[in-house]
Amino acid sequence: MESVTKQIADWRLATGRFGQRKVFDLAAVSVRELNQYLHKELPENSLPTVVVNNPDGAHSIAAGMNALVDIEINGHVGYYVAGMNKHARIVVNGNAGPGAAENMMSGLVRVRGFASTSAGASARGGLLVIEGDASLRCGISLKGADIVVGGSVGSFSAFMAQAGRMVICDGAGDALGDSLYEAVIYVRGEVKSLGADAQFEPTTDTDRAVVAELLAVAGFKHDPSEFRRVASARKLYHWNAEAGQEY
Amino acid sequence: MSERMTISPGQTPSGLSLESSSTFDRSVIDYVQRASATGLYEIRGLGAKRRLPHFDDLVFLGASLSRYPLEGYREKCSTKTLLGTRFATKPIELAIPITIAGMSFGALSANVKEALGRAATEMGTSTTTGDGGMTPEERNSSKTLVYQCLPSRYGFDPDDVRRADAIEIVIGQGAKPGGGGMLLGQKVNPRVAKMRTLPEGVDQRSASRHPDWTGPDDLAIKIRELREITDWEKPIYVKVGATRVFNDVKLAVHSGADVVVVDGMQGGTAATQTVFIEHVGIPTLAALRQAVDALEDLNMRGKVQLIISGGIRSGADVAKAIAMGADAVSIGQGILFSLGCNSHTYVQDGRHVDAVSDYHALGTAPGFCHHCHTGRCPVGVTTQDAKLELRLQPEVGAKRVRNYLKTLNMELTTIARACGKQDVHHLEREDLVALTVEAAAMANIPLAGTSWVPGRV
Ligand code: SF4
Repeated sequence: MESVTKQIADWRLATGRFGQRKVFDLAAVSVRELNQYLHKELPENSLPTVVVNNPDGAHSIAAGMNALVDIEINGHVGYYVAGMNKHARIVVNGNAGPGAAENMMSGLVRVRGFASTSAGASARGGLLVIEGDASLRCGISLKGADIVVGGSVGSFSAFMAQAGRMVICDGAGDALGDSLYEAVIYVRGEVKSLGADAQFEPTTDTDRAVVAELLAVAGFKHDPSEFRRVASARKLYHWNAEAGQEY
Repeated sequence: MSERMTISPGQTPSGLSLESSSTFDRSVIDYVQRASATGLYEIRGLGAKRRLPHFDDLVFLGASLSRYPLEGYREKCSTKTLLGTRFATKPIELAIPITIAGMSFGALSANVKEALGRAATEMGTSTTTGDGGMTPEERNSSKTLVYQCLPSRYGFDPDDVRRADAIEIVIGQGAKPGGGGMLLGQKVNPRVAKMRTLPEGVDQRSASRHPDWTGPDDLAIKIRELREITDWEKPIYVKVGATRVFNDVKLAVHSGADVVVVDGMQGGTAATQTVFIEHVGIPTLAALRQAVDALEDLNMRGKVQLIISGGIRSGADVAKAIAMGADAVSIGQGILFSLGCNSHTYVQDGRHVDAVSDYHALGTAPGFCHHCHTGRCPVGVTTQDAKLELRLQPEVGAKRVRNYLKTLNMELTTIARACGKQDVHHLEREDLVALTVEAAAMANIPLAGTSWVPGRV
């Protein structure tokens, strides 16, 4: 929780002060040129806000970021937007294809529309906000990042999630949290079914504080006490001869 | 008439009926009884143990009157190997076509990873990370390090992607195509747990599918993402466990791989179900031929490089693999044996120390051990135990592996010169014949002394 708040504080210091905008029109230049600029040609000081127009579903936009910079993408994006993001704050004013912010390390990624499969897959840090719904396998293999979904998530979300938190403002499909490790899910709506080894647990004040903070950062106004907690029953942590083929 | 075992007099009372079954021999009876006692499949390390058609079933036709040999000790024979020339702006140049296969920190100790890096660097070849992320020890000691991107994504880190010299997307491995990694709790010590973001001591079973893509069309997009992240500099390998190799290699090439790595069923593992190791996948020999066929079918030989692994042991194996069409080989288990795996002793400050009783404590003996999964490796190779890992001193390990790779390379050039080649990559299929019908059929090479290739019309 601290890390999210701190990142936002860092952000206020680092960007938005200078007001320059550097615009890339993907109808005219390639994703390669954009990413080359983002990786190698950003000015040392006074970082501009990078604006990307006409993304037209292109893949890997702003993948591999390693700088404290604001990126605004106006339109729908393809696979792996903000893939492996470090530090950057990336907003997609549209829908995102599969693997948005996959393996993110830090920073903030916000998808204003819907996100396709595997959003936030194996993400290790930072915050991913999806304002609409997320599809199948949202937060699969999550390793420490936080994900807030304004709508619902598809089946197999948080499959094998190891660490981090997921807040789902609406419902979830089948097998939510299958084979969870230490990641925790907070869900407000209907859950079609829980996956193997996932269980509902009573919420504490700490849980409600976590949900409140993440909702505030993400910009959603819900009552934290409406969320249920899903975590691992830890029955699959060790081999068990009696468990037969559950393995 | 039934066959009866002869028992030497004095050993067993005479008159006993001791007719053994071929279907239910003693090892099968043991297996059934162990399964009945535990209700759980056996897990072990290393690779397939059963006899399979292999490189031993091929021999070279050295030069004679119809071909001209090179002088064994005087004339140059190049072993330089280039990998990743298709799209990467920084392809990898190796001094020898023999690389060290991906083995995880977690399966191996940090000392071992460091030893491998040192040996590979001295020999001008590459090492590979594994299902546990990149350790500073191996990055610092390896001049050329291949970083694996696995289904589990344990510790996968964009900084390590940028630090690596090549990326290897692992679809599967020969010991368990279709299965994920496994690391039993006794090896998940605090450092391993932290690197993998797992609770300490948990019996870890990795995913078998990548979390963010499914199928070859997605893989093409995933490869593009990794190219974008690395600014198109680094070669991207795709590694498959050998099953439907012809199709899989074609799909990997279509997906945009620079290098395809094919791991046959003799390839090793640190821990997998025995039933998986012995019954899933095809032999390296058959896999190699299918992979070469796929590249030729696409007219991609020489453009996409092929690395073969799974039971490569000697310079002869390397030479045969290259003659059949591989650009390089990768070695895992051979490296473990080189480090002292299954040896009676381990070396501490120049002194050999007996380890036999430690093998016995595991219920095995030197020469038979496949107990890497236990984390109690008697020679300190596949362990995370603070005391046991000291049994492999990095200097000793580095020296052994360097000597082993050097020997293989000398054997390789010996064969190449005898076949009249100034470059080991000039070895060709025509230099080989097969000793068995099975090997001839799998390798598509004539049976020795005939022009017969089974299946060829
Ligand atoms: S000696 Fe060590 S490395 Fe070799 S099989 Fe036994 S446990 Fe594994």
